Amino acid sequence: MNLMLPDSGLIFWMTIIFAIVFFILARFGFPVITGMVEKRNKRIADSLEAARVAEEAVAHLDREKERILSETRSEQERILLESAAERDRIIEEAQLRAMAEAQKIMEDARSAIREEKEAALKEVRHEVAVISLAVAEKILGSELSKDEVRNEYVEKLLDEISSLT
Amino acid sequence: MRHFRLICIMVLLTAVLPLYASHAEADTGEVDIEQMLFGHIGDSYGWHLTQWNGRHISIPLPCIIRSSTGWHVFMSSRIEHGEQYEGLFLAEEGRYEDKIVELLPDGSIVRPFDISITKNVASLMFSALLLIVIVLGTAKWYRRHDASYDGAPGGFAGLMEMMVMMVNDDLIKPSVGEHCYRKYAPYLLTAFFFIFLSNLLGIVPFFPGGANVTGNIAVTMVLALCTFVAVNVFGNKHYWKEILWPDVPLFLKFPIPIMQIIEIFGVISKPFSLMVRLFANIMAGHAMILGLVAVIFVTARLGAVISGSMTLITVVFGVFMDCLELLVAFIQAYVFTMLSAVFIGLSRQEEEKQQTKNI
Repeated sequence: MNLMLPDSGLIFWMTIIFAIVFFILARFGFPVITGMVEKRNKRIADSLEAARVAEEAVAHLDREKERILSETRSEQERILLESAAERDRIIEEAQLRAMAEAQKIMEDARSAIREEKEAALKEVRHEVAVISLAVAEKILGSELSKDEVRNEYVEKLLDEISSLT
Repeated sequence: MRHFRLICIMVLLTAVLPLYASHAEADTGEVDIEQMLFGHIGDSYGWHLTQWNGRHISIPLPCIIRSSTGWHVFMSSRIEHGEQYEGLFLAEEGRYEDKIVELLPDGSIVRPFDISITKNVASLMFSALLLIVIVLGTAKWYRRHDASYDGAPGGFAGLMEMMVMMVNDDLIKPSVGEHCYRKYAPYLLTAFFFIFLSNLLGIVPFFPGGANVTGNIAVTMVLALCTFVAVNVFGNKHYWKEILWPDVPLFLKFPIPIMQIIEIFGVISKPFSLMVRLFANIMAGHAMILGLVAVIFVTARLGAVISGSMTLITVVFGVFMDCLELLVAFIQAYVFTMLSAVFIGLSRQEEEKQQTKNI
């Protein structure tokens, strides 16, 4: 047996069969499989990348949220402080203004009282003068019937009054 | 318990089987081990299935011969028992033993041009067809599905994908090189799966397996030649420069081209080693298993006790050898593909790589 001698007929058929198999598989077999697997690998890689990006975005958003929250918190604090200060200020101002108002009202009242008092005093004085005049007229009626005495007395009275007012 | 029963049955069977064997061989006399061994390892015009009641049962295969009288196409059953058909017959002995020869009018015997569909060719066709069905069946899954949305296939397509990607990514890519492996991947994948499937079919002991396809030097020669072509036809300038004008002192390459001769010898010996390695491994595996089986028939005439115990040992060894052959079937396909990939990778090496190595 010539095991080491290649048989020409077998070589012939092997060449043809292998060529056909190679042609078919290289055309429609293996590239389809490897191509699709590569496509899938690429998609997996892309998906992983996308997931990574999304994760990063989420982390970024988280940070942003944190930042906004803390900002808001500080803002709130600031606003609260400010409003408290404002409140205090307004109250103080109101108090001041009320005080001033009260002062003014008191002043007005005081001056009105004074005026009233003066007017009243004037009136009283006038009344007193009239009454005293009448009394004096009654008392001095006789004495003042004389012209020279009466004139002299009136003059003296007028002087007194003018000096009073 | 179940295992114990199974073992008992096997032992009983092994004790009984030789009795049948000795009975069957009784009318033919001596067992022709050599004939049986080489008959199975070698090629034949018909596909021998079994022997029944002293008669050989085989599938006749078409013989296609171009002799001095023109083309002849006939079934192998026409020449089975030394009969002649249009001046063609099977040589009994001599250089062309078991081959179809032609008896010329002047009495000399010549070998005509013979492209018969022999057992090996039929087996080749079968494994080729099976391979095409398997791979295209797998590819069909990818045509039906969008791989980027439907995920990975399951079942057989998943298995095939795993193997294809294992060979593609772990074997071809690193061996050929990242930049140009795509061009060679279809050939290397085809070679791998062709060898692997043929190896596996060779281990199957009955029809349509059992033919010694990859253990035939003609088959491995064609495969090795394909690698030879892939290496040398598509080799780049740098590869040829390394062969024809390598970077060695001048006296080594001129006027006596010592280096060139060595390099060219290397170019030829690479595919030659591929051819012989695959052939020898598979052929030896077949021979080992057949030899073990032959032990049963040889010891059949030595009495029930000896043949029974020998049969038991043989079956145990046979199981071991078959497991080993499964491993070898894969390893040899792997090694062939890997070495082809490495040779191709060497022929595609870029010059710049070499220069950086020199620095």
